[in-house]
Amino acid sequence: MLYFSKLKIVFIIILSLFFTLIASSNLLNFNNKFLDNKINLGLDLQGGSYLLLEIDNTPVIEQRLQNFTITVRNHFKKKGIRIKNLKLENQKIIFSVDNRYKQKILDDFNDKESEINLYYPRFKSHQFEILEEKNFFVVNYSKQGIVELKTSSQDQALEIVRRRIDEIGTNEPNILKRGNDRILVELPGLDDPMRIKSLLGKTANLTFRFVTNDNEDSFGAEKLQFEDGSDEAIVSKRIIMSGDNLLDAQPRMDNQTNETIVSFTLDRVGAKRFGKATATGIGKQLAIVLDGKIISAPVIRDTIASGSGQISGGFTFQSATDLALLLRSGALPAPLNIIEERTVGPDLGKDSIRAGIIALIIGFILVILFILFKYKLFGLITNITLVINLIILLGILTLFEATLTLPGIAGIILTVGMAVDANVLIFERIKEELKNEKNNLLAFDSGYTKSRTAIIDANITTLLAAIILFFMGSGPIKGFSLTLGIGIFTTLFSVYFIARLLTVLYVSKNKNKEKLI
Amino acid sequence: MISFNRYYNQFNILSLTLVVVSLILLSFKGLNFGIDFKGGTLIELRSNDSKISVTSLRDNLSQMNLGDISVKNFGNETDFLIKFENSKNKNVIQEIKSSFEDSFGNSFDFRRVENVGPKVSAELLKSGIIAISVALILMLIYIWIRFEWQFSLGAILALFHDVLVTLGLFSLFSLEINLSIIAAVLTIVGYSMNDTVVIFDRVRENLRKYSDIKIYELTNISINETLSRTLITSITTLLALISIFFFGGEVLKGFSLAMIFGVIFGTYSSIYIANTVLVRLKVSQKTLLKEDSIT
Repeated sequence: MLYFSKLKIVFIIILSLFFTLIASSNLLNFNNKFLDNKINLGLDLQGGSYLLLEIDNTPVIEQRLQNFTITVRNHFKKKGIRIKNLKLENQKIIFSVDNRYKQKILDDFNDKESEINLYYPRFKSHQFEILEEKNFFVVNYSKQGIVELKTSSQDQALEIVRRRIDEIGTNEPNILKRGNDRILVELPGLDDPMRIKSLLGKTANLTFRFVTNDNEDSFGAEKLQFEDGSDEAIVSKRIIMSGDNLLDAQPRMDNQTNETIVSFTLDRVGAKRFGKATATGIGKQLAIVLDGKIISAPVIRDTIASGSGQISGGFTFQSATDLALLLRSGALPAPLNIIEERTVGPDLGKDSIRAGIIALIIGFILVILFILFKYKLFGLITNITLVINLIILLGILTLFEATLTLPGIAGIILTVGMAVDANVLIFERIKEELKNEKNNLLAFDSGYTKSRTAIIDANITTLLAAIILFFMGSGPIKGFSLTLGIGIFTTLFSVYFIARLLTVLYVSKNKNKEKLI
Repeated sequence: MISFNRYYNQFNILSLTLVVVSLILLSFKGLNFGIDFKGGTLIELRSNDSKISVTSLRDNLSQMNLGDISVKNFGNETDFLIKFENSKNKNVIQEIKSSFEDSFGNSFDFRRVENVGPKVSAELLKSGIIAISVALILMLIYIWIRFEWQFSLGAILALFHDVLVTLGLFSLFSLEINLSIIAAVLTIVGYSMNDTVVIFDRVRENLRKYSDIKIYELTNISINETLSRTLITSITTLLALISIFFFGGEVLKGFSLAMIFGVIFGTYSSIYIANTVLVRLKVSQKTLLKEDSIT
């Protein structure tokens, strides 16, 4: 245990210097792309907002099933089978057919090549599952069908959320998927997420539909409220065009009325439809509906064929800007709910960093003084090791651009406290060995050898705790487990290479000294 | 040599009492869960007007119909911590801001706002419990692989003791349980195990070395041989933790307090619980030999 080859010594020195250099790039600015890694500060240290959004897929499922009832009816009609009593209840499609067709229906649904019921060979499952109950069939989404639906709506929602946040222009937002129906948004530096929250809280589903005064619209009609809650109107369910047809939307000032409006430009399809609708519907009211509420319902006075138009509705400049932004970035496939929010102001973040660093320095000094008092020269070796250990730990965190949180700093301080353990184990063991063994070298050698199992066991137990925390903990706790876990490796390295090297150098020069430790 | 073994019985009774009291506290008084595990809203405020007090804030908030509100000072006179359940999960931050502005003028800095929905808090609680259970099971398995079953029973009983008594203290003093306490508990698990393993390692070594010393005596020898290490490591760890407790800011207070309790109990339990289990199970050299002959 006491022999070091020259090559090993060189290696240890190079490695230590390497990490010192990497760690120092947090303080100094190197104009070098290999040295521009920096430790990221977590939201709790730099201030910022953490939002966890959950996608409410219920309306999507309802809508898809609604569409699917029509598909089912038409599909079997073509095959000459009449679907009877078709209805949608509690997210299930229920229908019946004549007895002679029953088997055919089942076969069609369970066929792997089925036209209406998509088959996922990878999961050995259809999109829908069909159950036969007494006189009727019950169709609903299979587990896999729901998963596919959620994943695709998550993908779309993620894209829209990203677009909306990019439009506001916060710096380096972090937008990630969580599970299959959640989206995590991290916004560093943002101390008031009010505007983002209100923007993300809107589905922004825009439709243009005629106001009908009779209930006999062939597409059906529904009673909708105005945005300001002042009035309501009956609006056709027929959608003339939707937000999908928008190319651009901008807030503007109407020079004639001095009102803030949102002007929009339509794509080719939208322009065509809009032109046709305005041509046939002169004199009618066209309702502009956003998320189930009427923004305004102007009377059509003229055919609009230019493919552009404007929405007025008593906007302030801010609300017009937000509406234009929402329309530009598109509609969410489903409503989002904010189920977790954590916002830390930049002042608190700075205070936390200061407190963390003060605690680190004081803890460090206390430990160093205690160890020095306890072990004298070997205390000095332990302390040098401790400093190098800390530098390597910071170096590794920098190298991987890890995120440092306040609990992460606590993890580093705790590492300082626990890192001396291995050296203490070794030194105590050497002391014991020296009672029976007069040869210093032999005593040191067996001290190292005999303490090894205890050190390894003890560190593995702490490592296990850190690993569990890393995988099961959330947010800041991950930062704690990361520093604690990396700290174990750097501790073992510094104890077995650096401290041992220093010890060996000292002991081999003082072979014959009594009471060495 | 200190005769730790003379007090094995007394301390076992003490530990048993502590565990029973903790269990009673946990089941009747329960834990003071923070918003992480209970759901709700937390606001940390700093005012620049020394006239604003906990009472004036509470009066203002109570008009807003937010349910059960807790307002207290946080660290110093001008910092406040407001917590309420926010059962409707509506967005009240804006309302509170404007209400405060009306009553107190623009004298607040909203330093921290946390809002945890009921679904998330239930999940966090569940994953916290799972994390601690998984940690205990993994430790058990690890010790079982490294030692004989008697040792692993001793280590696990010591762990349960530490976790239960620490949680019992949190219940007794109504200290808040939040995510960082879970981290603290898991670190305690690691630390306590670490301490136990070092002594067990020595017990095993001594068992192989001396065939004629009874386990009662042998554990005492082993505890004494590792005592200075046990003390030094506990002291350095406590020094680090005390530094976090006093200087690391309000946010880390609960975490470091839990850890301080845990380190003290962990050190105590590796001496007085883990070892007494070996004594009561009459572990001898044969226990090891049997194991050695199998493997």
